[in-house]
Amino acid sequence: MALLECKQLTKRYGSVTALDSVDLTVEPGRIVGLLGPNGSGKSTLIKIANGLLVPTSGTLTIGGSKPGTETKRIVSYLPERTYLSTWMNVVQLLDFFCDFYPDFDRNTAEHMLTALDISPKLRIKQMSKGTREKVQLILVMSRKAKLFLLDEPIGGVDPATRDYIIRTIISNYNEEASVVISTHLIADVESVLDDVIFINKGRVVLQSSVDEIRSEKNCSVDELFREVFRYAV
Amino acid sequence: MEWAFRSDLPIYTQLAEKLTQAILSGAYPAGARLPAVRDLAAEAGVNPNTMQRAMTELEQQGLIYSQRTSGRFVTEDTAVIDGARRRLAKAQARAFWSGMARLGYDRQKALALLTEQDQTDEEVM
Repeated sequence: MALLECKQLTKRYGSVTALDSVDLTVEPGRIVGLLGPNGSGKSTLIKIANGLLVPTSGTLTIGGSKPGTETKRIVSYLPERTYLSTWMNVVQLLDFFCDFYPDFDRNTAEHMLTALDISPKLRIKQMSKGTREKVQLILVMSRKAKLFLLDEPIGGVDPATRDYIIRTIISNYNEEASVVISTHLIADVESVLDDVIFINKGRVVLQSSVDEIRSEKNCSVDELFREVFRYAV
Repeated sequence: MEWAFRSDLPIYTQLAEKLTQAILSGAYPAGARLPAVRDLAAEAGVNPNTMQRAMTELEQQGLIYSQRTSGRFVTEDTAVIDGARRRLAKAQARAFWSGMARLGYDRQKALALLTEQDQTDEEVM
């Protein structure tokens, strides 16, 4: 069964249509790039999948169920903005995640924090923007979830950390799990993706595998994206 | 190993090429055990499914084989490795001749240049 499925999914904010009759599926064991320019509907889609927004019409299901308490057990979500209390330090955050999620693997998280030189005593409010992003991603990737929904996971970090994060994503998800990464930093994530979904103005304009794009169009996904979304000068 | 990818070819093709070169250069000698797919994928910064596909390519060429429980190994059949070496060498040669042709060199002039270069290299050494 598809892990994530959208059928005619539509979301309007008043007169603005953020998602327009979106049909898509994400199968288990895939790393999928949700790619589109700013304001294309990426975050809206991910927020609906996490039950933070409700569709105007159409459906989105996770393992066959509508987003809710049950689906949150199997979905690990990295929001675009931090929701963690800024007075907490790293140890408190680890406790918090242990309490909240039975599938949270504390050892994995501690190992990654050490690798990135992040002190356990550091409070969120003492961290730089990049460090906050790293900590959040470590927490999210240390769950043994079925579906990881990562909204702009690498936006604010330096290239070396970006490499580490990408390797972390590769080595932490298991074969039955899927990862959806929304980003516009395509060149950085392209080599880890199985499939890409191009989304523009709330519509899916392309759904394909990376290998297919490269062998049929003889160009990288990054180049194709620039071509599809080119603005007239 | 240096992992950089061109944009006009599927990544798995390029991975297969890199792994073949590693075998030919002796970085993975005949009979050696290869690292696990997931570890190689993490090292190269690519999707494990893509690395898997590259491995399947090499298996089909007979360069590597998998043993159900203990992993993947480079073939012990050196004839297969030499065959792959010869195939890649031929491709290099083809690329050389067509590159020279684009510069306006016919075979004879290109050969003369090659020989001349060998001699000057020796002189320098």
